[in-house]
Amino acid sequence: MTVQTPDPTLDPVPGAGPAAQPVPPLLENWHYFTRSRGAVVGLGVFMALVAIAVLAPWIAPHDPAMQYRDALLVPPAWTAGGREAFLFGTDAVGRDILSRMMHGARFSLLIGLVVVTIALASGIIVGLVAGYVGGRTDALIMRLMDIILAFPSLLLALVLVAILGPGLFNAMLAIALVLQPHFARLTRGAVLAEKSREYVTAASVAGAGHLRLMFFTILPNCLGPLIVQATLSFSSAILDAAALGFLGMGAQPPTPEWGTMLAEAREFISSAWWVVTMPGLAILATVLSINLIGDGLRDTLDPKLKRS
Amino acid sequence: MALLEIRNLTVSFETAAGRFHAVQGLDLAVDSGEVLAVVGESGSGKSVAMLAVMGLLPDTATVSADAMLFQGRDLMSLSPRQRRRLAGRDMAMIFQEPIASLNPCFTVGFQIEETLKRHTGLDAAGRRRRAVELLDAVGIPEPAQRLSSFPHQMSGGQCQRVMIAIATACTPKLLIADEPTTALDVTIQKQILDLLLRLQLEHGMALVLITHDMGVVAETADRVVVQYRGRKMEDADVLSLFENPQNPYTRALLSALPENAVGGRLPTVAAAGGWEARP
Amino acid sequence: MLRFALSRLLLVVPTFVGITLIAFLFIRILPGDPVLLMAGERGVSPERHAELMAQFGFDKPMWRQYVDYIGQLLQGNFGHSFSTKRPVLEEFMARFPATLELALCAIVLATVLGVAAGILAAVKRGSWIDQATMGTALVGYSMPIFWWALLLIILFSTSLGWTPVSGRIALTHYFPSVTGFMLVDSLLSGRPGAFASAVHHLVLPTIVLATIPLAVIARQTRSAMLEVLGEVYMMTARSKGLSPSRVIGLHALRNALIPVVTTIGLQVSVLMGGAILTETIFSWPGIGKWMIDSISRRDYQVVQGGLLLIAAMVMLVNLTVDLLYGLVNPRVRHV
Repeated sequence: MTVQTPDPTLDPVPGAGPAAQPVPPLLENWHYFTRSRGAVVGLGVFMALVAIAVLAPWIAPHDPAMQYRDALLVPPAWTAGGREAFLFGTDAVGRDILSRMMHGARFSLLIGLVVVTIALASGIIVGLVAGYVGGRTDALIMRLMDIILAFPSLLLALVLVAILGPGLFNAMLAIALVLQPHFARLTRGAVLAEKSREYVTAASVAGAGHLRLMFFTILPNCLGPLIVQATLSFSSAILDAAALGFLGMGAQPPTPEWGTMLAEAREFISSAWWVVTMPGLAILATVLSINLIGDGLRDTLDPKLKRS
Repeated sequence: MALLEIRNLTVSFETAAGRFHAVQGLDLAVDSGEVLAVVGESGSGKSVAMLAVMGLLPDTATVSADAMLFQGRDLMSLSPRQRRRLAGRDMAMIFQEPIASLNPCFTVGFQIEETLKRHTGLDAAGRRRRAVELLDAVGIPEPAQRLSSFPHQMSGGQCQRVMIAIATACTPKLLIADEPTTALDVTIQKQILDLLLRLQLEHGMALVLITHDMGVVAETADRVVVQYRGRKMEDADVLSLFENPQNPYTRALLSALPENAVGGRLPTVAAAGGWEARP
Repeated sequence: MLRFALSRLLLVVPTFVGITLIAFLFIRILPGDPVLLMAGERGVSPERHAELMAQFGFDKPMWRQYVDYIGQLLQGNFGHSFSTKRPVLEEFMARFPATLELALCAIVLATVLGVAAGILAAVKRGSWIDQATMGTALVGYSMPIFWWALLLIILFSTSLGWTPVSGRIALTHYFPSVTGFMLVDSLLSGRPGAFASAVHHLVLPTIVLATIPLAVIARQTRSAMLEVLGEVYMMTARSKGLSPSRVIGLHALRNALIPVVTTIGLQVSVLMGGAILTETIFSWPGIGKWMIDSISRRDYQVVQGGLLLIAAMVMLVNLTVDLLYGLVNPRVRHV
């Protein structure tokens, strides 16, 4: 996110006064962002999660697939019967839960990244084309988006996975397709709002081609809402993927994906609470931290809210 | 005895940049049946002082005064519940943006009758009759039909008339009009001012007119209070103010009137009369 | 208003056609022989295959198949389940009341609590109440509800033994279904304890299903209220000497509800997604569980029909909410 978006609320007025010291937009946004304590905490947790995900093979105490036959369903280390070696305990086949959670972070963040990249890229292209070309193309594309949005997203993702076959990659594709219309709608709306502005006309008169107009002239001015939507989609992608995993249609065992771990843990709900609690806590913490960042970004990038 | 007497009123707001004093040490008296104009540029605290009288300031405001007497009762010592009994009945207020002043989700009739229901013992049929009377009195044609209109179906001038109807529903002793014509067309401005003055005469109520328009002051007011940056600069009857302004700020304000322009240029408040805009 | 309603109605038609097209294509883009997928049979003889091919009309051109499909839909024929051999529509109708009962309870809970929490947070803006409410709402909004359901079961069912883990009513209570709503039927049955049992079974699924809509509604109500509280007409309302409860509860809320109604409507789709998870975990015999079971059984006619029926229902609800929006917003109702 290194693109600097010109803030439409701050039209530079020549000679507006000596006090008007221009602040670089990115720095100004950062200043607004840090005013929200929640957003900063969310960012901190998220960075920690990224670090854990990247370093998982080195910092995880055990191999996530290693089954310790002498340590089935060992409770967490701080409870009676816990063992020092297994901080969060072990699952039914003796795998270390902490290590599996650390490796699970890789999957969840990867899912979020891949899904958002696919959904964002395709949504932007579809939305740009719809908004820029207009007319029948626009109507057709937007009706198609309406149709996708008419289905409950989890149901549609489930059916798509049923078509494509269960598995992590197919689950990601399905979720990306379900999230994509939000980006398309947002981009189209922004393009329609920006298309008639003078700077676009100016660029067009200066001889900019259609592609240049779409991607380099108009798109940078629609980025704010798209960034916020991307953040929120990141967290819903993680949630949906975990839900698919939980229903047995996402990542397949023994992949240490959090939702899949929960599905495996269901039968131990009355005997071994930690097997159920820990993976869910990881999902919640991840999604919560991203949503905190999203809220912070929304307050920062939405000019309407900035005044208050 | 004055209808409203304010002694040493101070209103401050807690902001991110520190404490901001909107009104400082203001003394003000309004007699029954008089038209008082409160003049000053925007941000001079004229609205805030009146909102303090009405008890409409948000919780972020701190209000202090030696006394704030209304009909001899000290408003500062009344409970919020007691003050709400006065607001809308004995004192009322209308605002700058007529369309935004009315709730878009309720009919005009509902909004007038609501005040009547709150402060009078009228039954539903009585309230309806009274609402028609009020709309008629503020010059709205076909008042009975208009009761079921929504604000967005009416013009700004009509909305301000409805606001005046609401404010005068219980024939208050004091009506505060906060720039009631600023948002309106010039022709409508005159009609609204005439209406306010007519009602003021008919009911013998006191009218506090907050404005920055010296032309309006000259046409309507008995007495003028000039406010600048939260402080009172001058308090005089309207004739002596225009003929012999005592305060340099008032002189600056008057010389900024278009009629007083010398040559092709309009003097600014800061440049005229040697007045320092930022002391 | 009539014009508004008609324009909304017209906008829905192409979307509805699109939904039927998606459901139609669903079977045809599945990898594998569509005949076998539809029939759910394996290793059929070539004669039988040809027979089925003709029965399902796969030998006709694509457009003809779609026209036939629409024709069947119009006659109320949504296909047959290969595992039970019963019509899909019949199965759907048998399970729908269970989902509807659960969803209604959830949306009522979410609306009542969410609107109240949103108002409270907005009125006490910046206070610890606001921060606590909105913090909780964000946690709820971020909640993986399938995990939340398991946690609640651990706490209330396993540890405390207060609530049952699955089903709609204790098996000891048996009575004929009249309305399909267990709360109503249990009362009608007149059996002592039946109603209490139904309520007990309903509590946890309702809480789980309501969690995300509750959080969304609370957040939306707060921001809508904050916007409204800054309006001039709020000053007018207070200048009339009205009580704070009337100023907030009538003048502010009435305006804030306009965007909130739309939000509540959008939650119906969220609820249907949530119902799949909730019903699976609590063995709730509704359409969510029916769909997931059919997907895992590869009962594709059911999946196809269910997909269509659910999407149509969500659309219908959204249309109703759109019209409701027109009703609550005088600027739309009285142009």
